[in-house]
Amino acid sequence: MEAILLESVLAPYLPAFLYFAVVAATAAGFLIASRLLGPRRRDPLKLSTYECGVPLLGGTRDRFSVKFYLVAILFVLFDIETVFLIPWAVEFRQFGWLGILEMFIFLGILIIGLVYAFKRGALKWD
Amino acid sequence: MTGSGIFNQVMFWLFAVMAVAPGFGILLAKDIVRQAFWLLLSLVGFAGLYLHLGADFLGFIQVLVYIGGILILFLFGVMLTYRMDVPLKEVKGWGLVFPGIIAGILTASALLYVASRTPWNAAAKATAPTVSAVGSRVMSTFILPFEVISMVLLVALIGATYIARRKEDKGRSEE
Repeated sequence: MEAILLESVLAPYLPAFLYFAVVAATAAGFLIASRLLGPRRRDPLKLSTYECGVPLLGGTRDRFSVKFYLVAILFVLFDIETVFLIPWAVEFRQFGWLGILEMFIFLGILIIGLVYAFKRGALKWD
Repeated sequence: MTGSGIFNQVMFWLFAVMAVAPGFGILLAKDIVRQAFWLLLSLVGFAGLYLHLGADFLGFIQVLVYIGGILILFLFGVMLTYRMDVPLKEVKGWGLVFPGIIAGILTASALLYVASRTPWNAAAKATAPTVSAVGSRVMSTFILPFEVISMVLLVALIGATYIARRKEDKGRSEE
């Protein structure tokens, strides 16, 4: 059994797969258990949308402010920056100070964009 | 396929089903948010397939950028739009079925043609984790493209900020 598992490229991810399997099983277990064990008495109040106990403010599909979208776009851009940080973080020791300098040039150029976004108030929430 | 162990086979089919089956969910779900979550499951399946092919870096990016980033953008895009309570115009009869069949046959035959011509056995046999190889190439051979990418990201950053902020300023002056 062990030999079968170790010959696979996926072998290093086995703990992660087990983790996901346990998470999925736990979530499914809670849903199934509450469906089997929980009493179901439906009335209009119980079937209404639950919003942390406070009265609802309009529907769930109101339009949200464009500010959220701007934050999401900025998030994706810095997410892509992370994509390059990961392989750099694995290998930068091999290149010494040069490797660190290369990444800081990369980050420095992006920080110009962050400063611009900051100056224009893109991160302000008024 | 890399390796032939039973574990590999099981994981391949698990990921393959996970990647393809949510397509039906996307087609059949009525609510766009539900469709987005079906897409999430499909993207997870593809991330698994990338790992299965030994392309670990691609798999990580799939999770980080597509699942963590692009899908969030989808959901934010949904939040920004009005919900259409207007019922969609129903097309009766053969109005949609006939073009649908033609498009389906054309797409399926193109995919089958490509699938039959692809030398599947030549698929990459990754021996080492690709992240460190990508890292050392990016730091040495491809250092110029790497630094240019930061300029591209900078342009996107400034462009997004400029457009979104300008729209908002306009909206404020109209109020």
